[in-house]
Amino acid sequence: MNTHNSLDEQFVFTGKAKTWSLAAIAIGVLLAAIGFLTGQGERTFANLLLMGYYFTCVCTAGVFFCALQYVAQAGWSASLLRVPQAFARVLPIAAVILLVIIIAGLNLTHHTEIEGKDAIAPYLYKIWHQAGVTTPGSENYDPVLAGKAGFLNVPFFLVRLIVFLGAYVIFGWLLAKYSETEDELGGLFYYKKSFTISAAFLVIFGFTQPVFSFDVVMSLEAHWFSTMFGWYNFAAMWVSCLSVITLTIILLRANGYMQWVTQDHLHNLGQLIFGFSIFWTYVWFAQFLLIYYANIPEESVYFLRRWEPEYKFWFWLNIVINFMGPLLIIMARDSKRTTSVLKATCILLIVGHWLDYFIMIMPGTVGDKVGFSYIELGVAVGFIGLFTFLMLNALSKFKSLIPKKHPFLQESLHHHI
Amino acid sequence: MSSTKYILGIFDDPDEMMHGIDGLQKNSVPIYDVYTPMPIHGIDAKLGIKDSRLGYAAFMFGCMGGTTIFTIVYYFLVHDWPMDIGGKNFFAIPDFIPVTFEWTVLFASYGMAFTFFFATHLFPGRAPRVMDLRATNDKFVIAIDAKGNIPHEDINNILKEAGAVEVKHNDRKYVSYE
Repeated sequence: MNTHNSLDEQFVFTGKAKTWSLAAIAIGVLLAAIGFLTGQGERTFANLLLMGYYFTCVCTAGVFFCALQYVAQAGWSASLLRVPQAFARVLPIAAVILLVIIIAGLNLTHHTEIEGKDAIAPYLYKIWHQAGVTTPGSENYDPVLAGKAGFLNVPFFLVRLIVFLGAYVIFGWLLAKYSETEDELGGLFYYKKSFTISAAFLVIFGFTQPVFSFDVVMSLEAHWFSTMFGWYNFAAMWVSCLSVITLTIILLRANGYMQWVTQDHLHNLGQLIFGFSIFWTYVWFAQFLLIYYANIPEESVYFLRRWEPEYKFWFWLNIVINFMGPLLIIMARDSKRTTSVLKATCILLIVGHWLDYFIMIMPGTVGDKVGFSYIELGVAVGFIGLFTFLMLNALSKFKSLIPKKHPFLQESLHHHI
Repeated sequence: MSSTKYILGIFDDPDEMMHGIDGLQKNSVPIYDVYTPMPIHGIDAKLGIKDSRLGYAAFMFGCMGGTTIFTIVYYFLVHDWPMDIGGKNFFAIPDFIPVTFEWTVLFASYGMAFTFFFATHLFPGRAPRVMDLRATNDKFVIAIDAKGNIPHEDINNILKEAGAVEVKHNDRKYVSYE
């Protein structure tokens, strides 16, 4: 085996990966179109929102990963930063797709049923965006939602989303750009600059990400609220992003790239996945326990809906996959260091957090008409293809797969635990 | 017959000490132990030291803590003196989880610390057993059990060649006893 790492290695995006990801996009578009044409618009929209949100979250957490490594002055991860940087490069497209889905969902209306009444409502956010909800005297008037209208109104909602996503996009773009410039010029100047903007990003991200998840997901059930919801979503996005990063690296290694990544780096990523899966359970339970214990009707309605027969199985499966899975599979040191086991865990968790978002989104959109069939699968496959295609394409644009002038690069290449 | 019990090769530099280990291993001299003031990467693999089993101890202590408190709470709140708290069931598992979690963490951390003290013979008030006091300051020490077959002169030469600043022949194992 070649023990000398080529620092100029470049990713070439061709062959099977390209064909299959394009095919997956085509399948996704086709099945989503069939969903719309067979009158299941709301369900298709709910799935598009789910995957659009998942896609954006994974890319945003890629920026978060880079920023975290710079702020912690971490050395171990220096040689694998190109992968999260590629996620950051895809974020602008992900953000635009999410915004298009949300704007379309807010503006297109259809006949549906809201709390047992026939109504004409938008496909998404029907509870707070239905016509007349905030107009006194209208038959749809809802004093609770009217009281929230100062925050939950379409212009402010869209401005928030655009500002937040715009900020994440800019920071992600800058971090990737600084790293590329550093490759050409060397020195510590760009490292210090990355450190500064990473610190700024983490502060901005920490305050805006909860609001971002309140807007996109929690406002689907606008009567209900939970202050834990933002952290719960953060844990979900961070675990799923770490799983995607690890899976990407494992697959790249299997195809002969990034041979400098050793079992030790994968062990570290496995530790992060394990730790943050436990953190996810912790915040999930923190949200559940308070609602369960206080037992106030307007709060417990959230879990009551998820306790109905059509959701109960998914509700339990969510905890089994996302908590018991990592707890039992990758707690031991040896399983984190066994690539096949780690790979299987990553796939399990990527599916698991899809299910997590499914349980957050579906009761507030399709309600009891929830199902799992070609629409769910098709939209998921389409977005996986889209992510794979865009991410690998962004990765192939980097001049080298390793940030070769990163000040901590030698530490990362000799990483050993 | 000499009264030497242990031969100590004392090094200024960790790289030279690593060369010393290589030289001894090439000549099939069994190494008793190596003492360094700081952790050195790759030395455990080189000396063939097994992975620490502290993690398994922590896991078992964690299981023990969780089981203990769950049993206690079950006995108090379900079996012995059931109380109606907020209209919940007597056996309301979600209520028990925070305390079970905390005791799991408590037992795992304390258990791990005490297992470590036990395994490394560190107790409060116990004088540490040290072969050469400078190994806790700025010197890197390779200790060789003198009962090997190779003549002691050869071992001296191997250590000196690798760059040992001093080779000591100790008549007793530790310089400090309690």
